[in-house]
Amino acid sequence: MLDDFMVRAALAGVGVAIAAAPLGCFVVWRRMAYFGDATAHAAILGVALSLAFSMSIFVGTMTVALLMALTVNVLSGRGYAMDTLLGVLAHSALAFGLVAVSFISGVRIDLMAYLFGDILAVSRGDLMVIWGGAAIVVALIGWRWSALLTSTLNEDLAYASGIKPEREQLILTLALAITVAVAIKVVGVLLIAAMLIIPAAAARPLSRTPEGMAIVAAIIGMLSAVIGLRAAYVFDTPAGPSIVCVAAIAFLTSSVIKSFRPAR
Amino acid sequence: MSLVQVEDLGVRYGARTVLSHVSISIGPGEIVTIVGPNGSGKTSLLRAIIGAVKPFQGRVEKGIGVKIGYVPQKLQVDETLPITVSRFLKLAGDITAADIDLALTRAGVPNLSKAQLSQLSGGQFQRVLLARALIGKPDLLLLDEATQGLDQRGSASFYQQIEAVRQDTGCAVLMISHELHVVMSASDRVICLNGHICCEGTPAVVASAPEYRALFGTGTGGALALYRHEHDHGHDHGDHNHNRDKTEVAG
Repeated sequence: MLDDFMVRAALAGVGVAIAAAPLGCFVVWRRMAYFGDATAHAAILGVALSLAFSMSIFVGTMTVALLMALTVNVLSGRGYAMDTLLGVLAHSALAFGLVAVSFISGVRIDLMAYLFGDILAVSRGDLMVIWGGAAIVVALIGWRWSALLTSTLNEDLAYASGIKPEREQLILTLALAITVAVAIKVVGVLLIAAMLIIPAAAARPLSRTPEGMAIVAAIIGMLSAVIGLRAAYVFDTPAGPSIVCVAAIAFLTSSVIKSFRPAR
Repeated sequence: MSLVQVEDLGVRYGARTVLSHVSISIGPGEIVTIVGPNGSGKTSLLRAIIGAVKPFQGRVEKGIGVKIGYVPQKLQVDETLPITVSRFLKLAGDITAADIDLALTRAGVPNLSKAQLSQLSGGQFQRVLLARALIGKPDLLLLDEATQGLDQRGSASFYQQIEAVRQDTGCAVLMISHELHVVMSASDRVICLNGHICCEGTPAVVASAPEYRALFGTGTGGALALYRHEHDHGHDHGDHNHNRDKTEVAG
């Protein structure tokens, strides 16, 4: 079964959707959308470094994404607005990454594969990395779920309950770095944030509890991956962007449903 | 034995010292109110007690097994986060449906458990926050201007609820309030704070203290008092700045 590249692609997409759903909910609730985007952009530097030192792309991108996120955490509140800081760091990392890639001789690198993903080329090994990473992300967020939610609602309330909001923020940052690293092959650097935000946003009008929203987001993400892949096959369109298009249509649909119904 | 003992506490944000040499102690079942102008470090004191800010000097000591319930000044629930009242209350830990019912009843909003947090009115929200603070069966309740944004009737009934809670559960209450008439009628003890403790004691003692009058004027009886700090009231306090602007104290 795994011999079929379409099956591997579908499994890869579903794996990313599962990891992205609960994390994406927190990204939406905490208004970290730009943070996710920036972390993903920085990952291209990780790709360049991985190729230069011929180490695993997963390790390289995760390290750079993590460093980037930690740097932002440390520097924020020291005289720069968060979005300025993110803009500077993310785009610098992206630019340095692109420049660094141009120095690497020998291998001819198809940058497009990293910018937009190359889900149809997912190997068995990639699949293991993706599902392993997704399992870690889901386990991390599941483990800290209540503490993360409390910190998201109010930091002082969290302190009063014996929770350290900075530590929870770190957990989210780590989960984000892992997700970026595993999603790069599936949707590419430029569309990772879309996989985080769009399913979660589409799930919002259909949910009454945080858990419900995470589950609905996962379902929407998985369906988007499967339907998007199918559409890419039928219409001969690029796979990653097709997946995101399906998610966007799901968002549109749920927004329309919401407008026909009283707020809940 | 005291529930919480604050000793020689100092809090600093960057180079700005907001609290210095603050020592207080809260006993079981007491209602203690902190009053003081804006920027006087009231919220910082509560945040130091719950561990949200690290003091640069002194310490906060909690009695063994003392549980604290905290009602924050304001809490904005993002529209993007769907959460019902009962789910919110369950976040406090190992909570049963009976606990939720009891806490909501004590807080005066028994029928709200299925409502969405983001759809509540200001008064309902404060009561849900109160329920959240009560659900862990605290020995000490901390309230940071819990009636901010409520009209007079709303805040009066909120404080009646606090009094009822104290009678039901026997928990002590440490609260910040701008509403002097409430403070004077409901508190066992009043602490007048302005970067340091200006004066403290029973409401009657504090009301007649020169330091309090300097802060809130004389004979206001809880009515609107414009605060104008006098420079000549004498107690020592390192680098603390007494030359603050006029601050409104809502009555």
